[in-house]
Amino acid sequence: MGIVSPGFHGRRRQGDVKLPPGQYLTDDFPVLSAGPTPRVGQDEWEFVVTTETGERHRWSWREFLALPSETPTVDIHCVTKWSKLGTTWTGVSLDTLLADVETTADYALARSYGGYTTNLPLEDLLDGRAWLAYRFDGEDLHPEHGGPVRLLVPHLYFWKSAKWVHGLDLLTQDEPGFWETAGYHDYGDPWLEQRYQGD
Amino acid sequence: MGADAEAGMRAAGAGGGAAGGGAVPGAEAVVYEDTGAYQDGNALAGPLSEVFGVDVTRAAVRCTACGLAGPLPGLRVYAHAPGAVARCPGCEHVVLRLVLGNGTAWLDLRGTVGLRVPLA
Ligand SMILES: [Zn+2]
Repeated sequence: MGIVSPGFHGRRRQGDVKLPPGQYLTDDFPVLSAGPTPRVGQDEWEFVVTTETGERHRWSWREFLALPSETPTVDIHCVTKWSKLGTTWTGVSLDTLLADVETTADYALARSYGGYTTNLPLEDLLDGRAWLAYRFDGEDLHPEHGGPVRLLVPHLYFWKSAKWVHGLDLLTQDEPGFWETAGYHDYGDPWLEQRYQGD
Repeated sequence: MGADAEAGMRAAGAGGGAAGGGAVPGAEAVVYEDTGAYQDGNALAGPLSEVFGVDVTRAAVRCTACGLAGPLPGLRVYAHAPGAVARCPGCEHVVLRLVLGNGTAWLDLRGTVGLRVPLA
């Protein structure tokens, strides 16, 4: 998405790329955390989708790894104003995970180990726009960055990409999550600068 | 925040590293690593005084999850986040959240049984 002049293959500079309003470029990967880092071993990790009828779909780590993986390269935008471009992840598309889940829900609430939650319209998790990521930059995802598995929804502010993800509740009504009940925007589109309620 | 936050994390993390091992009541048992990535409750003194108009560092708070009561400075404040999250030192339950933005303060006290604030 960046505009790189022909023949220039070096590091992209701030002036070369279009960032969402109010964002600055960083090459670091800042660690933001609202609490202590949960340590979830791969052997105990599981992912649970609970539909609006209470039906549960579970994947153990081994079942999860057996699903087809993808390696998206995406730009990420944190509401604390840093953006990081061209990040490469390995993960399983939510399209794959939800393919056999029968639901009429319009909303999803992601739940994490440690109690974090964040809400999204279900459609924002589909059509190749969201993954459960377990590798970053070719390495296992470090717990500080949400390992063993985090949600990756790069088209929304990064607080929607829940670290240490444990499950998804599919809901017929929107239910605001951890930051959404504390002043942050319900949807969080960085290109519309939807940081706070009322933006 | 941003890059500064990471530098702060590294500095704060240097003294940490002890295994936490606490469990959150009501959630499945989760083992935490205490990375030392928090500040004490005095970090809230400035912004909370703006909201309340009194010095709340002398206030006493009680956690709704475990009932532990203590002075506000005893809370563990995670500020390298979209807002400040103050957790109970006994059980890690979220006692207080404060988000400042767009000239507005959002204060969430649902994890607090009560806030006793001396007025004199
Ligand atoms: Zn407590």
